[in-house]
Amino acid sequence: MSGRPLVRVESLSRRFDVSPPWLDRVIGRKPRRVLGAVVDVSFEIPQGGVYALVGESGSGKSTIAKMVVGLLPPSEGAVEIEGAGPAAARDRGAVQMIFQDPHSSLNPRWKVRDIIAEPARARGRDTDGLAERLLELVGLFAEDAGRHPHEFSGGQRQRISIARALASEPRLIVADEPTSALDVSVQAQVINLMSDLREAHGLTYLFISHDLTVVEHVADTIGVLYLGRLVEEAGSDELFADPRHPYTRMLLAAAPRIDGRREGAAPPPAGEIPDPADPPSGCVFHPRCPIAVERCRREVPRMRDVRGVRVACHLAE
Amino acid sequence: MSRMARAWDSDLAYGFRRSPLAVLSLAVLLMLVAGAVLAPLVAPTDPFDPASLDLMNGFTPPLTENEFTGERFLLGTDDQGRDVFSAILFGMRISLMVGVLAVMLAMVIGVSLGLVAGFRGGLVDSVVMRAADVQLTFPAILVAMLIFGVAKGITPVEYRDQMAIWVLVLAIGFSDWVQFARVVRGATMVERDKDYVQAARLTGRGSLSIMLRHVLPNVLSPVLVIATISLALAIIAEATLSFLGVGAPPTQPSLGTLIRIGQDFLFSGEWWILAFPAATLLALALSVNLLGDWLRDTLNPRLK
Repeated sequence: MSGRPLVRVESLSRRFDVSPPWLDRVIGRKPRRVLGAVVDVSFEIPQGGVYALVGESGSGKSTIAKMVVGLLPPSEGAVEIEGAGPAAARDRGAVQMIFQDPHSSLNPRWKVRDIIAEPARARGRDTDGLAERLLELVGLFAEDAGRHPHEFSGGQRQRISIARALASEPRLIVADEPTSALDVSVQAQVINLMSDLREAHGLTYLFISHDLTVVEHVADTIGVLYLGRLVEEAGSDELFADPRHPYTRMLLAAAPRIDGRREGAAPPPAGEIPDPADPPSGCVFHPRCPIAVERCRREVPRMRDVRGVRVACHLAE
Repeated sequence: MSRMARAWDSDLAYGFRRSPLAVLSLAVLLMLVAGAVLAPLVAPTDPFDPASLDLMNGFTPPLTENEFTGERFLLGTDDQGRDVFSAILFGMRISLMVGVLAVMLAMVIGVSLGLVAGFRGGLVDSVVMRAADVQLTFPAILVAMLIFGVAKGITPVEYRDQMAIWVLVLAIGFSDWVQFARVVRGATMVERDKDYVQAARLTGRGSLSIMLRHVLPNVLSPVLVIATISLALAIIAEATLSFLGVGAPPTQPSLGTLIRIGQDFLFSGEWWILAFPAATLLALALSVNLLGDWLRDTLNPRLK
């Protein structure tokens, strides 16, 4: 948790053109529509840290993940990994990704051995016995290397994904909802495996999730996204103990708690996430916010420090 | 051995054994192909050896003793005294060879263009698919005749007969790539967005390598079905061109050429010169087509 940050994300934005086809625009006089999937997001991940991005579907989490690994160019802003762009980091093999759906992230025609060794082989490194070693590292058997992906369960496939991510000896692993397609019992195993690997291999994680309870024990720092904007960033313990942003409170209230107790005066979740192509004025959260005042309708809140936590809310203190 | 056993147990093989039509089609097809491939061994006479031809044998009806020479022929003879059965066997060689090569050419062109169009998208995709649309507005036979005519115009006269077969392959191949391109493009667009392709990008491989090693193997199964059905169409297209007199030359007669020759004698009572090559063409095209239909139904997961 010390020294220079491994990953620096600087006012990252990504817009998508979701206009109807040009013929419809000309004939039907429909306007161009541009959707801001990610708007002005900045954060840093220290060497060896685990940063979790949490948000509802459509909050831009996966878009950020793709921009960090360089699969998607940002519209504005920049990503720096070890002081260079994502493309340079990718060429060194320093950044890898674990995907959400273990059924589509492994090539069905390839043997597990080839899938795992591919990132190392593509860089011309020695792959002799590599797949077998990595399979045992993630809790599978060396003999599994000769099998095809369809012979494995979802949790096992996710372990294969993790093994593949480790093959190029990365410094950063971006995990895009690695557990959301898995059974609850398997989720914990995969999370624990990732935690163990972090210590053993000095990895840094960017962990994307829609589920606060999943990241509670893994993440050092949690960033909460709403409609493509970072609304709160705090240490994991602080966020759960004392959420500052009303949206974070809403999320925590919605999360199931094992003791059945609901803390504080958290309002029940209300309303729907707005259309990102037509965001509300001022603070984008104000239509759903229980404590919104007139100022929230007019003025976009800046990210500011409130007692050691970064929050984008006019009323937080 | 275990590979054989696994193949026998596969879903495809099981479905095959359960379909009498598919078994019959394959049996007929294998018989015809075997006859064509082994023609020099099986055929009773060599229809291309002028020395073995006897004009006195001309117009011998099937299984009838010739009134001058006393020879018998299984399927009769044509006006030159050529054995129709042997001519059919050798004609099938030409028909099958042209068909298979033309489909392979169409497949290579169509799969490459479809793969690139689907993977790249954007301008490349638009250009390729509009070219395909334009091509589709012309009947395939017209395109083939155009290519054939141009090629005939630029080849020297003395090579024309030798070149005819290859020109046929080119003409049919170039008129048939569109279906391959369309299907492969669609399948590629589906595969392109799957996570394993994204993961492949993170390995640092280039686009070409990802297309060939990751995407291509996953888009090939519909290609097999189209290739089978295209083969039937290509055989018929070749026969049509030859029947029209722009295809295989009389020195290397295909089934289509034989049918054209036989047609001249239909109304003078020598029906066998036309009927047997036509029936062979029918059996060949039908068995390939039925097999292709069966394959399409079996490999289509929506029908399972």
